[in-house]
Parts: sequence; structure tokens; C-alpha cells
Amino acid sequence: MSLPIAPKPPLRRFHEARWDEPIVFELSTPGERGVLVSRPEPDLLSTVGDVVDALPTSLRRKTPPVLPEMGQMRVLKHYLRLSQENLGADLNADIGQGTCTMKYSPKVNDALIRTPSLADLHPLQSEDSVQGILEIIWATEQMLAEISGMERVSLQTSGGSAAIWANIAMIRAYHEAAGQGEQRDEVITTIFSHPSNAATAKTAGYTVVTLYPDADGYPDIEAFKAALSPRTAALMITNPEDTGIYNPRIAEFVDLAHSVGALAAYDQANANGILGVTRARDAGFDTCHFNLHKTFSTPHGSGGPGSGATAVSDRLVPFLPGPLVERDGDRFFWDADRPMSIGKVAPFYGVVPNIVRAYAWMRSLGAEGLREAAEIAVLNNNYLMKRILEIPGASAPYATGRRRIEQVRYSWQDLYEETGITSEEMGVRATDFGVHYWTSHHPFVVPQPFTLEPTESYSKEEIDEYVAIMTEVAREARETPDVVRTAPHNQTVHHIHHDDLDDPERWAPSWRAYQRKYFAGDDG
Amino acid sequence: MTDTFVHPYIPNSAPAVKAAMLAETGAAAVKDFYADIPDELRFTGLLDLPEALVAEQDLVAHVTDLLSCNRPVAVGRSFLGAGTYRHFVPAVVEEVINRSEFLTAYAGEPYEDHGRFQALFEYQSLMAELLAMDVVNVPTYDGFQAAATALSMAGRFTGRRRVIVVSDTNPDKMSKVLDFTKPVLDLVGVPTVNGSADAAAVIAELDVETAAIWVETPSFRGVLETAVTEMARAAHAVGALVVVGTDPIGLGVLAPPAEQGADIVCGDIQSLGLRQWFGGAHAGFIALHDDPGLVMELPSRLFGLASTDVEGEYGFGDIAYDRTSFAVREEGKEWVGTAAALWGIAAGVYLSLMGPRGMVDLGETLLARTAYAVKALTAIEGVDLTDDAPHLREFVLDLTRAGLTAAEVIAALRRDGIEPGVEIGTNELLVCVTEVNTMADIDDLASRLSALCERGAS
Repeated sequence: MSLPIAPKPPLRRFHEARWDEPIVFELSTPGERGVLVSRPEPDLLSTVGDVVDALPTSLRRKTPPVLPEMGQMRVLKHYLRLSQENLGADLNADIGQGTCTMKYSPKVNDALIRTPSLADLHPLQSEDSVQGILEIIWATEQMLAEISGMERVSLQTSGGSAAIWANIAMIRAYHEAAGQGEQRDEVITTIFSHPSNAATAKTAGYTVVTLYPDADGYPDIEAFKAALSPRTAALMITNPEDTGIYNPRIAEFVDLAHSVGALAAYDQANANGILGVTRARDAGFDTCHFNLHKTFSTPHGSGGPGSGATAVSDRLVPFLPGPLVERDGDRFFWDADRPMSIGKVAPFYGVVPNIVRAYAWMRSLGAEGLREAAEIAVLNNNYLMKRILEIPGASAPYATGRRRIEQVRYSWQDLYEETGITSEEMGVRATDFGVHYWTSHHPFVVPQPFTLEPTESYSKEEIDEYVAIMTEVAREARETPDVVRTAPHNQTVHHIHHDDLDDPERWAPSWRAYQRKYFAGDDG
Repeated sequence: MTDTFVHPYIPNSAPAVKAAMLAETGAAAVKDFYADIPDELRFTGLLDLPEALVAEQDLVAHVTDLLSCNRPVAVGRSFLGAGTYRHFVPAVVEEVINRSEFLTAYAGEPYEDHGRFQALFEYQSLMAELLAMDVVNVPTYDGFQAAATALSMAGRFTGRRRVIVVSDTNPDKMSKVLDFTKPVLDLVGVPTVNGSADAAAVIAELDVETAAIWVETPSFRGVLETAVTEMARAAHAVGALVVVGTDPIGLGVLAPPAEQGADIVCGDIQSLGLRQWFGGAHAGFIALHDDPGLVMELPSRLFGLASTDVEGEYGFGDIAYDRTSFAVREEGKEWVGTAAALWGIAAGVYLSLMGPRGMVDLGETLLARTAYAVKALTAIEGVDLTDDAPHLREFVLDLTRAGLTAAEVIAALRRDGIEPGVEIGTNELLVCVTEVNTMADIDDLASRLSALCERGAS
């Protein structure tokens, strides 16, 4: 073959890195060192003597921990190879992780935070010396208050579910303060709200009532009315729900909750399509939370740290976790004197690097840009829905013919009935093309589900590529189902066997447990 | 919204693309997509937000300007701890966690995200060696959450409510634990004596209603508890569990709590390769023995080794996923969500670099510098230690005889660019020493405090 080179084929010939890297313990060579540590000065040692010997015997470790011994470059190489075997949002069209808002995390924000003026601050150093970060925290809270329409915001939780926990903890404190803590022992949520709404409520001591959708996919308002009573502490609901369907009667739900003395908590993990379009407070909610790692662009960190923002109306302000940053003229300070507060939800003041990233993201966009981000996220989603529904075997249950907000929970049920290929198998095969998707939270109310959320970050070309991959995998399911069933083929590893993971006799939660269970008594 | 707004983060706001996509959907305008939102809930106009800094250059100038109002304390001149610690962070740690592949991934499957599964399995395994326990979770939010969950697990496992708090505990952590565990646990404190658990009083408090004793070592005051084994034996005799909170940083030389009878060990990993970040880089660990009864009470993700279709290939997956709220909502154990995985990867890289020798050396350095600081500071007339228990990294100075308050000392030394510690009582200063505080730094603190005491006394 010679020039010219043929055009690219329609689908990317992807293969993920496959370094076949051992487990780090297998890379150990006795005597090698990865980093050396500052040692006590000779004069210091002569003053204090043998400090380890001075410890009570029971406090002394008998043998050093069996960590690997590796030269520095080998450690680096090992972890860089692992990183190459990981598909971050920076590398793929990450529109398959619905409900998670895998938007672009701007590199400039990563660069901005990597300064000693942020990374090397101690949380208890003098307030005078941290005025810059206090102002950023304060201003971020102000912007989120405006976006939610709420009175006050706390940024102290470390993730979305932690923020949902703060919501229910405040609601619990509110009812206790009103002398109704014992009486109100139920929380109502919906099946298309994130499972953490149900799970945090249960952890807070509540009985959970879960509403299922009506025929149109909306939370069943008649079931809601029937569930409400003087025992109801709160409604905890997402809108749009994980289906991407906006519940037009949301204010009525909130009013109904209030009519029995319950509060209403709004899980705004799905806020990306409605920034500047509609606000939590305007629908009457008492509290809501945002995930700064979703809507506000901070990177997802392979599963955290995220960052939660808790926004409340007047009546919940006294219960916010503390301390709160306050402003006095040009000066910012912490107010910890808040007797009604639920107290600490986390150490110190929240996930500070992410707060700064979110601040920078909002400042880059401004009001007009936030609204544009929301509108384009919704345009992208409806465009994607149109294209996905052109694939034979794909459907979008509920609200037929209606538009969706920022995401859609689709179904491969028709394709499954025709081919026997499950949604999980489809998703695994998609990884062979350099993308992936997530199915759904459990239980699978939508059969053979997959949930796509294109956000505002991906170009039309990337969305089209994603659709082309789905189209191809669906074609394979019909024409060459074994290719799908035995996938992945172009991945770091091959089909994984899951049986050992649920058997306590056989599971291997650490290298140490694996050695003990399978190699005890072996030499070496 | 004008049609001409094209932001670098929003490619499809380019007018021609936007028009083509709208046409494809059959919508006349974007507002058609919002048809389900009732008019009365529509926000009209623009949000009242500060003006956009759309040029990257302007954004950089603005944020840099704000951050430059911060003044980090010079290395070695901060003696602040109380939960967030300044340890040395090797460059390779940050090289790895700043990689796009790790930084921007989330929840992919163990095929396309094999790397994070392996890195986190290795984190679990490295921590397991350090802690001498077989099971360590994918990190939870922070050490506060780890303690709250560990104690709740003990409550669920034993079917009991009563927890005996035996050590001096960080008051912020206690605030979190109390609010979190309120529905399921009753905490009872046994006052410490000489900074340490009063083992006899703790043992006398134990009964068949006791779910757990909760030990913190090092304690809030930096005290290493010496009677854990004895208390653990008595707790086990009444069917209670032993929950030990610790900072793994000293475990190169200190006996792991598991060897002293701990059933659940918990704490924070900020010390293992994470900068201070104004208190914003914490992650919690919960460690267990490989006891299925207790493992099934763990709310967190737990990654395990799995075989694949190919010989010699490591695969990974979730162990016992059906205990989580992801699988069964409110029927799961507490909840699981986005927590602190990247910080776990950082701690794994840190432990890989340190190796056994590094952790031993660091433990010795920390003990030696702590002992020296205690000696140098209590040599000052009027400055006393509040206890004579063994300490790692932190200890409390009593300034009463010097006639000084902690606030006065802090204010005075701040003028010299030193943060001498944290006020935890009117005359009590919690001082923290790590490997970044050299002998010269400690001598400098001592001479300035000495001068201050002389002035205060005169």
C-alpha cells in the first residue's frame, strides 16, 4: 500500500491499552526504595534516644508491613499503565453515564487550583491569611443561592448522597425542634429518584414509602395523596426524574406535602438541563442539593471526591451544618455559633479544591452561559433521543411523543425479545468501540434499561459517533450475537467471572486475603 | 439568549450546528423542549450572577488574584493538626492522580475502567497490609463518616445500641457521629485519666447491652492508647466489638490495632499523600477481618479479584454488591455514593512509594520529632504537658503557669509567621509536629515561646 491513505472507516478501530500489568505486590524487589523520608537530626536523636524502644512493648509493631519494595520509576510506570487502562471523560464521548452529567471539567480550573496558595492552606490557620478562599466559598454559595432561589447554601458535604443526607438530617432536626420528631416517622420518595433518597431516609431512622410511576411515567399523585399523613416527615424527590421527564405537577406535590406539615426536599442531581430555567424555591421546596461534580463541572475522580451544595429556605437556615461563612464589609469569617445546627457533616468546610473549580466554571459562563449550557444540554438530549429511537429495538418508555429534559432512560426490551441479548451485554460490547453506557439504578423498572445524558459538552459529531456505535452493536445483536455475547474483544481484559465475588469462602477483597485463601502453605 | 453566544465549553452553541440539530428534532426552538415546565415555574430573565469571564485569560487573572490573597504558612512553621496534617507529598503521587484518565473517570465497568478497579483494589490491599486486616473498603467521605459508619456497623452486627467512648475524641468528629448514629446508638463517655482511657472504668461500664467500645489512638490529644488489648478482651467477653479509630501514618512502627483486639478499624487517609487543601481532601477507611457477618454490614463499595476468560489475567468486580443501596435502595446498609476514590488511589501510590522501609523510617521520624518537641517546649518555665502518655505527632501544652492563654500565644507567634497550634481550651494549645518540622523549626518555636513566657511572667 502507498499514499494516498484510504479514508477512515465509519467506526473507530479502537483498542484500549492492555499492559497486562501484575498486581503491585508482584513487582516487589527486596531493597528497592520508592522515596526516602526525612530522618531525625543526629543532635535531635541524641536528645530523645531510641523513641521506638521507649514505647510500651504492646505498642511496637513486631514486623514491618509487607508493602512492596519498588524503585520510584517502576511505581510511576505501574500506575501510569493502570491509568491508560481507564477511560475518563477526557478520552471518550462520555454520554453513556446517565444521571451523572459527565460534562467537560475545564483544564484551566485544574491548573488554577494547583497553587500552594490553596493546596497548602491549613483549615485552622488565621482567618486573615485565608481571605481569598473564604471569599470564593462565600461567592460560590451566593451564586448557588441565586440559581436555586434559596436563602442560604452550605458547601460542606463531600458528595451528592452526603448532601441528601444533610437534607434529611436537617428535616429531622426541624421536626424535633417543633416537637414532632416522634410523630413524623415516614419519608416518601419515588422509584425514579436516586436510591440515596430512600437510603439516607432509612439511615436517619425513617420508614420509606416509594411511589411508582403512573402510566405516563409521572410519580403517581393519587398514590402520593394516599401515602401522606401526619406521620409524613418529608417528600424527597428528583425532577426531572431519571427518565428525563419533568413532572409538571411538582409544585402540587410540594403543596400537598406542606398541607400535612411535611417538608419537601429536592434532589437536584439532575439540574443540568434547567439552570436558569426553573428554580427549586419557586416550586416551593424547603431544601435542595446540587452535585458540584455533575452540573458544576468538577471532575468525578474515578468515584469522588465530589462535592455537595445544600440550599435551604428561611426556615431551614438555622439547621444548616456549620460553620457558615459570613461577610462583614470586605472581611469574611466563619460563624460557628449556631445552636440549632445539625452540627458537623464532614471535617472543616467541604471539598475545597472542587468548590474553587465550580466557582471558576460558573464565573466563566455567567448567567447567559449557564442558561446556554442548560439549553444545549437539552437540545443535545432531544437530538440524541431522536437518533437513538431510529435504531430498531430501542425505545423510550413513558411520555410517548413528549420531549425530555437532560437525559432519557431507554430500553432494549424489543431487541432483547428478538435476540436474547441483554442491555448489560450491549454495554460491554460498546466498550470495544471506546465508549460505554450505564444501565439504570436498581430495580430495573424500565426493562433492559440504558440511560444516556449527553450534557452540553459533546459535539454533534461525537453524539453521531455514539449513535453509530449503538446502531452497530444492535446490528451485531441480530446478525452476529456471539460477538456481543463474548465481548469485550478490544478491551484491557476479557470477560470477567463474577461468581467468586459473592461467595465469602472464595472472595478476595485484598491481596493478603487472596494469598491466605489460595496459596497458604505454598513456598514463598 | 442571543443566538451568537458560543462558549468554548459548549460546542453545539455554534449557530449552524444548533440550527441543524433543532431541525433534526423537529423543534422550532429550544423552548419547545421545556413544554412540560408550567409557566408559573419558569424563571424569566437572567439570573443575577457576576459578569462572565469568558476569555480564559480573564478567568485566570481573576481567580489567581483571589487565591493570591491567601498566605500559606511556610513549610516547617506550622504546628497545626487537629484533623488535617501537613505531611510531605511525593511528586509521583500527584503525577498519577492528576492524570486525565483517573481524574475524569467515574463509574465505568471493570472493562473500560480496569485501571481504577485495579488501583483501588491495590489501595485496599496496601492498607490491609498496613492495618493487618483482610478487608478495607473503597474510601468513604472522610474519617468522620468512617467512624460513624464503623460504630453503626457494630450496632447492627450485635443488635445492641450502647457504645462506650473511651478516648478523647475530636469534638467535630463527635458532632458528626452523634447526629449520624442518633437513631441506632447511644454513646456513653468514660472520662480519660492522664489523657488515656481509664481501662478499669471502661471495663466496669461494659455489659451485655454494649455494642462496642470506641477507642481513638492517637486520640484528639495525640495520645497513643496503651490498654487496648486489655479493654478488648473485656469487651469481647460480653459480646461487644472493639472499634478503633487511628491515623495509619504511624503504623510502620506502631502495632496495628487489629493485633490489639480491634474488630473494626477506621480513620482518615489525608496523611497518606494528600495536601491540606484547607481541610478539603479527606477520605475515610473502614477495615475488617474477613468475617462475612461484618463484611455484609459494610455500606461501601468493596472491590475484589476475579478471574477472566484468559489464564493469568486479573479481573475485578464488586464484592457482595447486594448489601449496597445501589442494589436494594433502603434495604441496603446505610448508603453508597460518590465518595473519595481518587484520594484512595493517591494513598495507594503513596504506600507503594514508601514501602515497608519508608513507613518504618517515617514512624521513627514522627516519634522522634514529637518527643523532641515535647522536651523542648516543656523545658520552658511555665509550660507543662497535660499528660505524660506516649504521643504521636500531637500533644497538648498547658500554659496556665506561664500566665498565658492559648489565644495569646497564637496571636503573638502569628506575627512571626508561625502557627504554633490549635486552641482547645483557654490555656490549652494542641501542637502538631510532622516530618516537615525540622529540629531547627522546633527550636525556633521553643525559643519564641520561651521569650513570650518570660515577657508574660514579667
